[in-house]
Amino acid sequence: MAVTTPSEVGAQPVRAGRRPLLSSSRLAWTGTLPFLGYVGVFLLLPTGIVLWDAVHGSSGGFDFGAVSTLWSSSTRSYFVNSAELSAITSVLGAVLGAVLSYAVATGNPEGLIRRLYLAGSGVLAQFGGVTLAFAFLITIGPTSGLLLHAGWFYDFPQGIGLIYVYFQIPLMVLVFLPAMDGLKAQWREATETLGGSAWQFWRYVGGPLLAPAFLGAVLLLFANALSAFATIAAWENQISYVVPQQIGTALSSEVGLSSVNQADVLALGMIAVVAVVMTGYTLLQRRTTRWLR
Amino acid sequence: MTGVEVSLRGLHRRYGSVVALDGLDLTLAPGELVALLGPSGCGKTTTLRLLAGLEDADGGQVTVAGADITHVPSNKRGMGMVFQAYSLFPHMTVRDNVAFGLKLRRAARAERDRRAMEMLELVGLTEQAGRYAHQLSGGQQQRVALARALAISPKVLLLDEPLSALDAKVRAQLRDEIRRIQLEVGTTTLFVTHDQEEALAIADRVGVMRDGRIEQLGTPTDIYSRPATSFVAEFVGLTNRLHGTVAAGSVNVRGCVLPLADPATPDGQATVLVRPEAVTVVPSGPLTGTVIAVTFLGASSRITVDLGDTTVLAQLPTSEATALPAGSAVALTIRPDPVLVA
Repeated sequence: MAVTTPSEVGAQPVRAGRRPLLSSSRLAWTGTLPFLGYVGVFLLLPTGIVLWDAVHGSSGGFDFGAVSTLWSSSTRSYFVNSAELSAITSVLGAVLGAVLSYAVATGNPEGLIRRLYLAGSGVLAQFGGVTLAFAFLITIGPTSGLLLHAGWFYDFPQGIGLIYVYFQIPLMVLVFLPAMDGLKAQWREATETLGGSAWQFWRYVGGPLLAPAFLGAVLLLFANALSAFATIAAWENQISYVVPQQIGTALSSEVGLSSVNQADVLALGMIAVVAVVMTGYTLLQRRTTRWLR
Repeated sequence: MTGVEVSLRGLHRRYGSVVALDGLDLTLAPGELVALLGPSGCGKTTTLRLLAGLEDADGGQVTVAGADITHVPSNKRGMGMVFQAYSLFPHMTVRDNVAFGLKLRRAARAERDRRAMEMLELVGLTEQAGRYAHQLSGGQQQRVALARALAISPKVLLLDEPLSALDAKVRAQLRDEIRRIQLEVGTTTLFVTHDQEEALAIADRVGVMRDGRIEQLGTPTDIYSRPATSFVAEFVGLTNRLHGTVAAGSVNVRGCVLPLADPATPDGQATVLVRPEAVTVVPSGPLTGTVIAVTFLGASSRITVDLGDTTVLAQLPTSEATALPAGSAVALTIRPDPVLVA
């Protein structure tokens, strides 16, 4: 045991030396430069170009004529279809994904099953595009043995909705599992000792606590489905149902009728919708973080 | 609500090959506060969770006010529980947290609010009624948790290390407050802690646990001054382990002849357990050495003395200790209190 003397508990000597070249806050900002550059070039700049082009005509002057086509019945139908497909697949994916998250969260946190589910979800959430559409075509489509002559597979939104749900569920597992994990065992036990049943726990505690996280995840899934292009393009390349398809069509007409201006306007509409959705997601996520950290 | 008798008889609980409770027996008198004290893994929290009904016993019986509740689900037991970690519902205000148990019992809104405010007054937090958990300090959160547990007028109050996450000053304040409130409401209370100072300060009786059993159950004075076993003596308070020779019902430690707490101790060499308070400074005595450290404890101080082949702790009034700075030569003797051998 050592004896503590006043000299030992005195102030630590201050090292005299040169000031650092960069303060810690400046250093932190310097570290974010590559990321900010990336965001600037691949998000802000394209958004700016889309905005600029959408309100300028071919002569170069301001022209809001193209913007007004956003309210035309044909353009509206692309947005309605996009919203319908996104809403159905996000709600379906969210519900099924939430159930799966619950199953994973209540299992062994270090177990093999959890690791398998997380690894699988990580891969499957990114599994989209032509390969996914093809996988469904050869298993469920009319040429397959599973559901031979499944005519509904080419109906919108059922067919493509089924394919979208395939990547929406694992994405839901990834984004919702942290919230599920944040639900403390003590809250359930406190409810129990206070006289509550399992149903009352979910009604008054678990449900309200998870609601912002669930709604936020639904919005994220909605934005995910809204912006998907390659999968639906592989599923149907003749008819445009949703906005991303029509943007593609407007950019690459095979008969010389491409319209960059229309693509810009559609993209502008998409940006507005996604901005609203992601603002909602951010607000809900903030509440989730406070409650379930 | 007046307290009820709680009885745990022959409780057994295993987790795989690990025995958490090994035939534990414990009875709490009506209105009594019993603290279970012991090292990690001794079974104290398991005991509390079995009483709460959060876990099932492999064997044994739990009775409250004479009624067997061994197989009654936790939500029908009417127990109030305060957890170690903050367990307030973060989406509810303080008032709604406290009133939650009554809401589950379908009490009218006005009655719930009245009772919640009454409980908040008891814990001194009426002004925080509209706040949320994240707007409160750790100590305030635990006081709300206590108010929430008491709002349902529980038959038994269970406290699972409720102070362990708090800093020392708040811990001492809240400890005294818990005791004041417990005496005021008169609810039979089981308090689980690994902090001996906390257990000795708050409880009517302390149960020192080891390997799933209660090693000794007694008043704080009994536990500290008359430990039944060497484990209790060493776990509660500081103890000097000194070499001695047992002969004819007493033990000789470096020339000090001390009576044995257990007269049946066999003759021969033994390790003797001596409290620092029993070691006193004398002008000349059988133990001589050099002070190597002085620890200020407030009214008393503890000095560490190097006897050459071992060190010994002595606790004495600070006024005496200040005259013995590190490096001083000192003579000691041991007060002839009954001692245990390890």
